[in-house]
Amino acid sequence: MIDLIQMIVNGIAVGSSYALMGLAMVIIYKTSEVPNFAQGEMALISSFFAMMLLTSFNISVYPAFFLTFVFAVLLGVFLEFAILRRAKEPNVLGMIVITIGIEMVLLGFVSWKFGAEQKTMPFPIGPYDSFIIGDIFISKLEVLTLVAALLLMSVLYLFFKYSKLGLAMKATQQNSVAAQIVGIRTNRILMMTWGISSLVGAVAGLLISPTIMHPFMMWDPMLKGFAAAVMGGMTSLPGVVIAAYMLGIIENLFGGYVSIEFKTVVAFAIIVLVLCIKPSGLFARHYVKKV
Amino acid sequence: MGFSFFLVDHLSISFGGIKALQDISFNMNKGEIFSVIGPNGAGKTTLFNCISGLYKPDQGNIRFKGNLIENKKPDTIARMGIARTFQNIELFSHMNTMENIMLGRHIHMETGLFKGMFMWGKSSFAAREEIQHREKVEKIIDFLELQNIRDKFVGALPYGTQKLIELGRALALEPDLLLLDEPCAGMNSEEKQDMIFWIKDIQDDLGISILLIEHDMKMVMDISDRVMAINFGKQVTLGTPEQVQQNKEVLKAYIGEEN
Repeated sequence: MIDLIQMIVNGIAVGSSYALMGLAMVIIYKTSEVPNFAQGEMALISSFFAMMLLTSFNISVYPAFFLTFVFAVLLGVFLEFAILRRAKEPNVLGMIVITIGIEMVLLGFVSWKFGAEQKTMPFPIGPYDSFIIGDIFISKLEVLTLVAALLLMSVLYLFFKYSKLGLAMKATQQNSVAAQIVGIRTNRILMMTWGISSLVGAVAGLLISPTIMHPFMMWDPMLKGFAAAVMGGMTSLPGVVIAAYMLGIIENLFGGYVSIEFKTVVAFAIIVLVLCIKPSGLFARHYVKKV
Repeated sequence: MGFSFFLVDHLSISFGGIKALQDISFNMNKGEIFSVIGPNGAGKTTLFNCISGLYKPDQGNIRFKGNLIENKKPDTIARMGIARTFQNIELFSHMNTMENIMLGRHIHMETGLFKGMFMWGKSSFAAREEIQHREKVEKIIDFLELQNIRDKFVGALPYGTQKLIELGRALALEPDLLLLDEPCAGMNSEEKQDMIFWIKDIQDDLGISILLIEHDMKMVMDISDRVMAINFGKQVTLGTPEQVQQNKEVLKAYIGEEN
């Protein structure tokens, strides 16, 4: 019994980092219908930037994190402005390929600048600090990740639903020509979503970096976050988060009870299943187009 | 020439080898209903797309209230006071009627991120602004008689109703110039009659100038102050409805030649 609860708790914990990456992905997808495959590497470069500030420049933790968040926003804004906006007559497929290109460039840059070996991030909370409730272990970092995921989800949900900018983003996604005609600066909206998304990704990166820190650290969270986003319906923020937790829990239970080797594969098997049964995702509102 | 409300001056645009518009010139006075007629493919919608900034013309100028607008972006042009509807409806189909029209208020809303965060109680800035804009939207909903579909998703509504919502959204921008691209397409005669009254009301009560594309000759001749006919991207004639009706080339294009 204790095993089961422990596995579920670990599943929720790992699900939180998937949830953050999934959220970052969904924010961009919501406005431009482009899955951003550079998401993981954008978070990666932000985490290494934080490490650089902490170790090479000896800036204390909180200002360093603040600067990292500023850097992340600027990075997102810059990538949108300098690269994606330059695409001539863009279509979704072309944009996806561009994001893959950005991903490779960023990955190469991090490996070249910081080296490919495992680093340690001087994070204020170590990976081994933990709470023990009854017989259940839960690390402080995991609790923090959980809180961050839920908090960001709520804030973003309220933002998209009620703010003027949120409505403008929704409008841009549904019909960008009409959005321009009513006076929405669609270019600026896209730039902002990239900034916000990059920020959420950086939070994920920072929370993952105390445990693992090397150029490939974001691959697994990114792919699983993407998987969760597809499962949750690509446009629903609470949907991604719930799907991410489900993914984390199922993955852990499978690892514990069935086979540890095939643990990672499970996520993708679930996606296939979801896409067969409910193609629009578990939590997306489904619109049927009238012909 | 003195101050002109809206002026199109020797406008030309081509796509590859097709000269979609050649040397189109006309001017509009404030408060006028100006119609553009012509057979399918004559370039009417292209002209609208140039005016609203979706296309950049190759040559010529467009001047609105004294400012050149032919190289401005669509959102800037919207902010300067030109709103439009589309021939093929361009609505936010996954939103309801209220939200669609509310988006027309976008350029008039000042609440940004920070003021929005402090939307606390009915007397806060953001709340007051929201209430004020919703009142404007309600007036438009009343005006166009859209009350019973206020909360419906627009994607599933009938075609004629969607056209009305698009008109409502354009009105929400409180424009000085309204471009209507075939507002009556796909409507029955009763709906058409209503639309004619609304367009008249928009002109008389709201003082908005209207540039209209329409195929229904009876309607065009009824409500227009002046009419321009174009064919194959070229201007055929321009004048009062009576003058245009008697033009030989217009008759040729619409009715066919006498043998």
